[in-house]
Amino acid sequence: MAAGDIGARSFGGRAAAFINNPAVRGLVFQIAFVVALVWFAWDIADNTARNLQRANIAAGYGFLDRTAGFGIVQKLVDYTEASSYGRALLVGLLNTLLVAGLGILIATILGFIIGVARLSSNWLISRIATAYIEILRNIPLLLQLFFWYFAVLRSVPGMREKWTFLGIFHINIGGLHVPRPVFADGAGTVGIALIVGIIAALLVGRWGRKRQEATGQAPPAGWIGAALIVGLPLVAFFALGRPISFDVPVFNDQGPILRRGFQAGSGMTVIPEFFGLLLALSLYTAAYIAETVRAGISAVGKGQSEAAHSLGLRNGQTLRYVVIPQAMRVIIPPLTNQYLNLTKNSSLAVAVAYPDLVSVGGTVLNQTGQAVEMVSIWMIFYLGLSLLTSLVMNIWNRRVALVER
Amino acid sequence: MSTMASTAFVRDEMVGPQKAPPNMIGPIGWARKNLFSTPINSVLTIVAALFIVWCLVPVIRFTIIDAVWTGDDRAACAQASGACWAYVKAYLPQFIYGRYPIDQRWRVDIVFLMLAVAMVPMLIPRAPFKRLNALFLLTIYPLASFVLLTGGHLRLRGRFLPDDIVAPGPVRFALEFALLSFAVVLLAGLGARLLGLRTAQSAAPIGIFLGGLAFIFLVAGADFGLVPVETANWGGLLVTLVVAVTGMVASLPLGVLLALGRRSKMPVVRVASVTFIEVCRGVPLITVLFMASVMLPLFLPEGVTFDKLLRALIGVALFQAAYMAEVIRGGLQAIPRGQYEGAMAIGLSYWQRMRLIILPQALRVVIPGIVGSFISLFKDTTLVAIIGLFDLLGQIQASANDAKWASPVTGITGYIFAALVFWAFCFSMSRYAAFTERRLDRSHRG
Repeated sequence: MAAGDIGARSFGGRAAAFINNPAVRGLVFQIAFVVALVWFAWDIADNTARNLQRANIAAGYGFLDRTAGFGIVQKLVDYTEASSYGRALLVGLLNTLLVAGLGILIATILGFIIGVARLSSNWLISRIATAYIEILRNIPLLLQLFFWYFAVLRSVPGMREKWTFLGIFHINIGGLHVPRPVFADGAGTVGIALIVGIIAALLVGRWGRKRQEATGQAPPAGWIGAALIVGLPLVAFFALGRPISFDVPVFNDQGPILRRGFQAGSGMTVIPEFFGLLLALSLYTAAYIAETVRAGISAVGKGQSEAAHSLGLRNGQTLRYVVIPQAMRVIIPPLTNQYLNLTKNSSLAVAVAYPDLVSVGGTVLNQTGQAVEMVSIWMIFYLGLSLLTSLVMNIWNRRVALVER
Repeated sequence: MSTMASTAFVRDEMVGPQKAPPNMIGPIGWARKNLFSTPINSVLTIVAALFIVWCLVPVIRFTIIDAVWTGDDRAACAQASGACWAYVKAYLPQFIYGRYPIDQRWRVDIVFLMLAVAMVPMLIPRAPFKRLNALFLLTIYPLASFVLLTGGHLRLRGRFLPDDIVAPGPVRFALEFALLSFAVVLLAGLGARLLGLRTAQSAAPIGIFLGGLAFIFLVAGADFGLVPVETANWGGLLVTLVVAVTGMVASLPLGVLLALGRRSKMPVVRVASVTFIEVCRGVPLITVLFMASVMLPLFLPEGVTFDKLLRALIGVALFQAAYMAEVIRGGLQAIPRGQYEGAMAIGLSYWQRMRLIILPQALRVVIPGIVGSFISLFKDTTLVAIIGLFDLLGQIQASANDAKWASPVTGITGYIFAALVFWAFCFSMSRYAAFTERRLDRSHRG
């Protein structure tokens, strides 16, 4: 029986041997796959072209030059209703970058604090951190966003009233009102002084390390650096006659009822959409970053810190020179992943009408019907961002990867 | 001799252990060790305790003490300073079923019940019949749910045969299906003959596939006398679960295929898989959903329209498949090379190797990862609210603005309720993932 079976297979002749050859099979399968894919793509393209023709929509990116005709509440560059669709998308893109950048900053700080707190020997502190992580991670971000925006930020005082924190932050239904910095002539020099200070501090730090390696004595490089970063801009600021001032928001609580509240054109207003989105994104991502940080620190073997202690390093030194450098190697790859997630999640802005790339793009899409072009712009932006990040990550990984014997 | 015996003392038994100092054991010892070990820790403990009180007191006041538990309309909650649970009670059926007809809701109940009954033995590692159970969950359950929820009775009309030979309708569809199946079987038989394979052996999988397909069409097209319910009337937890479960069921096989494709030796297949996975993972779900809702209709020929829910389902399933593929790829990479080579050495074909040797091991290793990816899928289902479907969150958001119950606390109560539901689902899933992780850890060590 078995012999007959094998015989039937092997006596198929030269044709069977040819067809059973894995290389040939692979080639045939791939050709069939490509043909199917091309046919599929062609069918889609054909249908799309026909559907667009029927709806009288011209394909292509020409619509980007047409007048947008809608306003945007938060813009980092000049934009009016007479600007083009392309300009509107640029405004949206910058808004995405703004909320993502600030969100990353806040989430990182908060996430590191909570991650370390979770490993605290203090039972109560570690429980609070655990509770934070388990609650925030298991509730959808969109729900959290709705909660902050619709439930919390809508329950603040109305336009004619305000709550004040620390004397400079005023909040009401119109948003967060803070002083606006006004840059006069010479403000740029102060900025340059700050940059020079940072570069000088970095150089001092490098000199300090070299010196410690050579002599064993550590000069107070940290203090000198801090003095440079703070001092240089301060000197420039006063030497140039204080070129930066603050425009404080003006609040009227007297006079006719309609004139009360914050006066237009004074101070700076952070719109509640931005504030709510920033809050939701950073609190949510902080929970994930905290877990990343905890995993990274736990990954450093206990022997490492014990060895450091037995060498005579103090707690702070152990953390700084032994544990953190090794933990960072574990933490940073998933951390960048979280940064990417935060940036992608910022597209939920559309749910609260914060004008980010997706939200503005949605408006453009509704007005022009250029669905294919709009979706492609979104995809190119987000894909480009994640490809760029993984490129940087790969380079970084190669630099810090353990060099094994 | 006798004097020595009287004066000397020789202990011939061990001294019993001394009791530990009272402040080293028990609650006091625990508190000294974990809460007040150093001055800084003591300060931290006090600050943390104050923080907990500061957080919890308002929450408890709002949700329990000041909450309104009974009432018939907004009058009950208009002046309330606490949660308006009466509103949740009044809307609970809507939160579960949406606008599904009240007299038909038993159908939804059956679908929920079947899911629960099939899932419980699936999740318990020791329960028997895993294979049959999985088969039920992946094939019969979706089909039964489809018929129950929509009412079935799909109008199959057929497409290719000219109208004047056979009128459009189930008969034409059946005829076309039979002709097509016949052609496929004939081709397969010829191919097998050409290769010198035994025809019966190669026909079996094709026969099973065609038979299964015929069965699906038969069930979906049959008239069970159920009233059709349009998906526009679905809502609440029903939509959330439909989107989540469809995403899970569809993404597993798709993810396996994509993961195998990514590790394939054929460059075309590999490039196609990598491109699909990376594109899906690189963009936010909301753009995929927008794409499914505005671009998919453009891709289809004139006259063919997709249901809004179905479009969202396709988008979610494809998106989730990309993430699932990456999880499964991790499992495939964790299988030692020897397993692949051993399977090859005993003469198994590619699909036999994968089906019998590699995938059973790889999938078991990545169960925690799969559950983790299900958790994010479950949370992501809320995004369908943005493209205008009424999932649990969308339904709550819509009902909070209902004039009958509108009050300053209605919205926040709805969000708290939604948060509790989502949290319960996600937290239990994450506990389950942790449980399997520990179990796998033990079985690897043992």
